[in-house]
Amino acid sequence: MSRIDVRKTYKLYIGGAFPRSESSYTYEVLDSKGKFVANAALASRKDARDAVVAARKAFGGWSGRTAYNRSQILYRVAEVMEDRRPQFVQAVSQSEGLTASKAGAVVDQAIDRLVWYAGWADKLAQVVGNANPVAGPFFNLSTPEPTGVVAVLAPQDSSLLGLVSVVAPVIVSGNTVVVVSSYERPLPAVTFAEVLATSDVPGGVVNVLTGSAATVGPWLASHMDVNAIDLTGVAGDTELATELEVAAAENLKRVRRAPAAEPDWALDPGLDPMTAFLETKTVWHPIGV
Amino acid sequence: MSSTPTILEDVTGSEASLRRFLHGLPGVDQVGAEARAAGLATRSIKTTAKAYALDLAIRMVDLTTLEGQDTPGKVRALSAKAMRPDPSDPTCPATAAVCVYPDMVGIAKEALGTSGVHVAAVATAFPSGRAALDIKLADTRDAVEAGADEIDMVIDRGAFLAGRYQHVYDEIVAVREACRRPDGEDAHLKVIFETGELQTYDNVRRASWLAMMAGAHFIKTSTGKVQPAATLPVTLVMLQAVRDYRALTGQMVGVKPAGGIRTAKDAIKYLVMVNEVAGEEWLDPAWFRFGASTLLNDLLMQRTKMTTGRYSGPDYFTLD
Repeated sequence: MSRIDVRKTYKLYIGGAFPRSESSYTYEVLDSKGKFVANAALASRKDARDAVVAARKAFGGWSGRTAYNRSQILYRVAEVMEDRRPQFVQAVSQSEGLTASKAGAVVDQAIDRLVWYAGWADKLAQVVGNANPVAGPFFNLSTPEPTGVVAVLAPQDSSLLGLVSVVAPVIVSGNTVVVVSSYERPLPAVTFAEVLATSDVPGGVVNVLTGSAATVGPWLASHMDVNAIDLTGVAGDTELATELEVAAAENLKRVRRAPAAEPDWALDPGLDPMTAFLETKTVWHPIGV
Repeated sequence: MSSTPTILEDVTGSEASLRRFLHGLPGVDQVGAEARAAGLATRSIKTTAKAYALDLAIRMVDLTTLEGQDTPGKVRALSAKAMRPDPSDPTCPATAAVCVYPDMVGIAKEALGTSGVHVAAVATAFPSGRAALDIKLADTRDAVEAGADEIDMVIDRGAFLAGRYQHVYDEIVAVREACRRPDGEDAHLKVIFETGELQTYDNVRRASWLAMMAGAHFIKTSTGKVQPAATLPVTLVMLQAVRDYRALTGQMVGVKPAGGIRTAKDAIKYLVMVNEVAGEEWLDPAWFRFGASTLLNDLLMQRTKMTTGRYSGPDYFTLD
């Protein structure tokens, strides 16, 4: 007797819960050969709005945690991903059309990247902060602070390694994030959301919207309660990128500009992805040194 | 002197007749009321209707601060916000009133001046209502003398639940009397039931009729100090009561849900219900109010979204 298919319709990940899209729209996700895989929720502007509210609510708690604790939590995400490795390998191989061994290598890189960023949590301040010599008997100290709620348009091609490479550097320093996944390859992001939900990341710190960056992006770019936006996901589309940058100017968002083409995610990311979403706080201690 | 309409004079004559009448009111179908409220809450209000609803809701807000930590500065700031909720937009209407404790009435009155924004004061040993009648009346007179335009009184829930309806009735009548000013004008009386303590919708319906017969200008759900505070079904029952009361006596009574209404979406759900249950005449700050503090900011954010086309954030509005 043949078994009946379990047909899947995935949902969004907002504020630690998995709601359907407020619009109730879904779209068909196809594998690299054009075969139907599952339905994904199609995020609307209202889902983006709800996600921003959730991210704002989570910001105080997340940024207030010790860097050490954030580091542990990111490492825990890597652990849970490792446990679900076969599922990620399948998702990546289906979405990106890679062989199992190549997809496995991509998943390993994604996990390693999380571990790498986890290590940075309690080292950032030493590297980008400073004790400044000033012309007076003051103790003068600069420390990095998270920017706030960051909207991230995740890369369209690299559905897992790319996603992890744009989300991890944002949250490691205490920001919270609303990420719009790859439109055509959303399933690794959905699985990643399930990992986040079960690995001590407080609800609202990462909110995952599956859908189109062109539809949701402008609402996030113009949102007055979003402090920064990463436009990686619209790489190559200069017209849309410009439109989003103009919208983002209204409340002086920090913008990480769209590259001309999607970068090679296997390369060492350097510090820029982290420092792009940091503010520098300088304190003058009037106690003399 | 009572303001009970002649048609109901027989009812309010004695404890026994009052009980007979209140217990003779048809019971509330709990499942039906909740389903009806939930059904009305699904209506979609968009574009121009939404813009109208947001402005109406702002005009209906009794901007409230009832904290032990209230300072004159806080009351002044709140009054400034009530007069001009969105300083960057002159088309934004003022709220209906500010609602404060009696000792803050003078400060609010002075800050509001001739703006037309009313000062509402909670009185009668708010929020518990556990004090002797003469203390409650002194509390009321004190607020009225300080210039309060509206008095929010609490009923004695203990007496009500014990079935001493006459006691509750007499107290409301006495407070209404204390709301009189020397110039002959009345401070408007809002009667708070604290529906979270009344246990059943039947009790809410009885309390509504009792207060209306005793001369309440407004019936109000809650103090905001008890959970659950205002809910849609409770307000539905009260809206039905004011509608039926007008059908019987010709007198119109206002309704004020208070506590727990925090989003513009919630406020619009209430407005839909007012229109559908009581009727269009109640869609007016003179007959429907929201007791709220955080609601105003969300209304302003939604309003800004409608005028600018982009989502706003809490950073752009004052706290409280």
